Amino acid sequence: MQTRVLIIGGGATGTGVARDLALRGVECILVDKEDINAGASGANHGLLHSGARYVSRDPEAARECWDENQILKTVAPACIEATGGLFAAVQGDDEGFIADFPGYCEKTGIPCTPVDVQEAREMEPALSERLIAAYAVEDASIDPFKLVLENITEAQSLGCRFLRRMKVVGFEKEKSRIRRVDLENRETGERLAVEVDMVVNASGSWAGQIAALAGASIDLIYSKGTLVITHSRITHRVINRLRRPSDADILVPGGTVSIMGTTSIRMKSLEDIHPTVAEVDRIVEEGAVMIPGLETARYIRAYAGVRPLLGGGGGDDRSASRGFDLVDHAEAGIDNLVTITGGKLTTYRLMAEKTADLVCDRLGISEPCRTRTRPLASHHQTRWTVPGFSPREWFKGHDPEDLLLCECEMVPQSAVDQIIAGFDVFEKKVDLTGIGKRSRIGKGSCQGSFCSVRVAAYLYDRGVASARQGTVDIKTFLNERWKGQRCLLWDSPLIQAELQEAMHCGLFGLELL
Amino acid sequence: MTPVNTFESELAIIGTGLAGMAAAYFSQSLGIRTAQIGVSSSAIYASGYLDLLGVHPVERRQQWTDPFSGIEALVRDAPFHPYARLTRAEIQQALDGFLGFLSGMGLPYERREGVNSFVITPVGTLKPTYAVPESMWAGAVACEKKHPCLIVDFWGLKGFSAIQITQMLSPWPGLRPARIPFPAVGPSVDLYPEQMARSLEIEKNRVRLAEDIRPHLMDAQAVGLPAVLGIYKSAAVRAHLEGLLGVPVFEIPTIPPSLPGFRLKERFETEIARKGVRLFAQKRVLKVETENRKGFVLSVGDQATGEIQDMVRARGVILAGGRFLGMGLRAGRKAIIEPLFGLPVFQPGKRAEWHENDFFNPAGHQINQSGIETDEHFRPLDRSGHPAFENLYAAGSILAHQDWMRQKCGAGLAVATAYAAVRAFMGIKRL
Repeated sequence: MQTRVLIIGGGATGTGVARDLALRGVECILVDKEDINAGASGANHGLLHSGARYVSRDPEAARECWDENQILKTVAPACIEATGGLFAAVQGDDEGFIADFPGYCEKTGIPCTPVDVQEAREMEPALSERLIAAYAVEDASIDPFKLVLENITEAQSLGCRFLRRMKVVGFEKEKSRIRRVDLENRETGERLAVEVDMVVNASGSWAGQIAALAGASIDLIYSKGTLVITHSRITHRVINRLRRPSDADILVPGGTVSIMGTTSIRMKSLEDIHPTVAEVDRIVEEGAVMIPGLETARYIRAYAGVRPLLGGGGGDDRSASRGFDLVDHAEAGIDNLVTITGGKLTTYRLMAEKTADLVCDRLGISEPCRTRTRPLASHHQTRWTVPGFSPREWFKGHDPEDLLLCECEMVPQSAVDQIIAGFDVFEKKVDLTGIGKRSRIGKGSCQGSFCSVRVAAYLYDRGVASARQGTVDIKTFLNERWKGQRCLLWDSPLIQAELQEAMHCGLFGLELL
Repeated sequence: MTPVNTFESELAIIGTGLAGMAAAYFSQSLGIRTAQIGVSSSAIYASGYLDLLGVHPVERRQQWTDPFSGIEALVRDAPFHPYARLTRAEIQQALDGFLGFLSGMGLPYERREGVNSFVITPVGTLKPTYAVPESMWAGAVACEKKHPCLIVDFWGLKGFSAIQITQMLSPWPGLRPARIPFPAVGPSVDLYPEQMARSLEIEKNRVRLAEDIRPHLMDAQAVGLPAVLGIYKSAAVRAHLEGLLGVPVFEIPTIPPSLPGFRLKERFETEIARKGVRLFAQKRVLKVETENRKGFVLSVGDQATGEIQDMVRARGVILAGGRFLGMGLRAGRKAIIEPLFGLPVFQPGKRAEWHENDFFNPAGHQINQSGIETDEHFRPLDRSGHPAFENLYAAGSILAHQDWMRQKCGAGLAVATAYAAVRAFMGIKRL
């Protein structure tokens, strides 16, 4: 196989680069050792920053956030809910910081309006009675799954190929150029060699490992952040704690839920990243200072991601730059490898633009970037991730033979068919987890207990699952969901988990398989 | 507000799962004036298979053909397991009695004395179980002998794939899948087991079903179908089909909630009331008061509204409310409690230890060892290690130190501990 540009990493940045290049007419292949959003792009707040959070210590990153906030609201409205945001301080928070905040915003050019405390509590009744200051900002919520699926779907429609579950295992170099990249299919172990002109390393937290494999180096620190999703939506707006960034100080609404986080824990390794009970308790208890209802809220899921932060060295990870870094490895002796890392979900488009500019410059292509103004089309295939889409479709009228495989979120067989059709033939495997990433399957109140079995049975009937693999895949799928459940199992989620265990272990005996 | 009546009983049973059902049966069969209160939500999740002991030690995934030898090994290794408080004779008598009760109400069971059968699950795995509904027995036999078999599924019944089951059971020469439309419904609209079962209680639908199966039959010596063969007339439905097809027909459980659980609940509610037990169905005990440490007064009502509708006075109580799904125990963010009597609950030190990182860790989750600790008469202990009440007993999965889901011992545990608890209440000497 052969391509002009091979992009490594299916997160926001990698898919953003794929779309940007595809729009400039540049042939490219995107690979990921897992799937879309397997790293930080799938494990963040879903917050489109106004920039206000960074005004005090990183005005440049703050400014970039504000610019991109405005661009994305224009070009990707279907992925964004323009909720607006509040910065809120409660008794005991640093009054010096509170007093300085509007000045910082003004200096950086980021809109920020003081709100009377009483009025703020009327706008957001979930806020604590101990509120002492509030400012309105232009934060919004953004759906990172829809965003990334839109990017890759448009790139694919323009000829880009996306190979899931393909791991980069080697770079074949000729003098100072990478001539070939060796990939390995994670399911079958088969190798695939891709001859390339340029390689983009957009592998996020794994950027150091990929660079090292190519003989280059990137200095990253890993900061784990855990978040929790509430069963119902708690506020209308994004709520930021008005203080220096710390644990559990942002609550982001998204559709029918809210997401509270985060923590920040320095990690040595990227293996086995999962949320812990201690982190969840910390988020609940600290979050409840600003939003008392979090103490008794029902939670449906926790998840953890790793922020790839730039530059080693000492200091607090929270004060490390949220800016991004585009590294041209030509300086270190590899002419056709660039690494893009750091940054924020909010600035993913800008990061992709800068990367594609550099790639095109190297390839001698003079096509300009189009993503600043071109709307991100809302594609057919990406709609199954949107909460509430499936039920609306269903009630509008449906084919009675198109059975609902997921009854909680109302996902029909035809959705699974469409999703399967989008998988590249090179993967040779249809996995429940991949289907789950592209739909609401497993995300409803049964958390996958029932729909996993229905979808697995359907995949056997369709002939895309066979032997024992389709049933073993139920275990993989449920274990992936489990990572997010196990640290918030009390009250009704624990009851649901017991039912799941009674069924999948007690009756099916899948633990014996 | 409606006036609240008080029902006077000797023994009140809290819970209507298997343990509660067994306790009610044993209690009334000893002539005890019995009341029973519960929401039978968990009974409808039953597959119909009654496990005695299938796996021990769970971390080594060792499966047992002889469940009684398995129990011997288990109680040697786990001396606090509820089975350790029971003799083999008690377990056998309890099972014999309960299976007789089920048979008497039209749900006959088959088993080979002292031997586990390996039975087909909805996802095509095999699990060790002890007693098998008669409607599923031909499947256990065919599976053991590897007779050529046809597995049939239906357009529209989700989560049940004959292809999946046959592929999972491979190698099994002569095992074939077939998909057919369900009679009288047409192709592929959403089908649910209860509706299908009702439809098959009509004769012409069975004739049609047999006609649709017949072309696929070929050399098959038995036909397996999802468990949809009737609710109230299930034996007749199956006998008729077998006559039409000329080979044994067996059911395979569907994913819960499935028909065998529904049949059990329906039959039980009618039968136990007929036998004179006062059943407060779909009700919960909201509050318990004790009278001079000798008796109990239970407030019975609706969980959602909190409205108290009845009072039950009883000399003794059997707590058979299950674990979390049955709401016998309740887990908060920091600890697990027993909500009605405030009994101490054996549990892991902190929440971080409740569950493993791997959901399918064969060793099981620590939280599943939690529950109520009792004396040898199944009386819950207070904090000092003495019986909390003279006449309070516990039975079934609310008991500590067992993992019925991994050990595949749920039914045996429920029935045998219920049997022992009722007999202890009557002061009958241990076997």
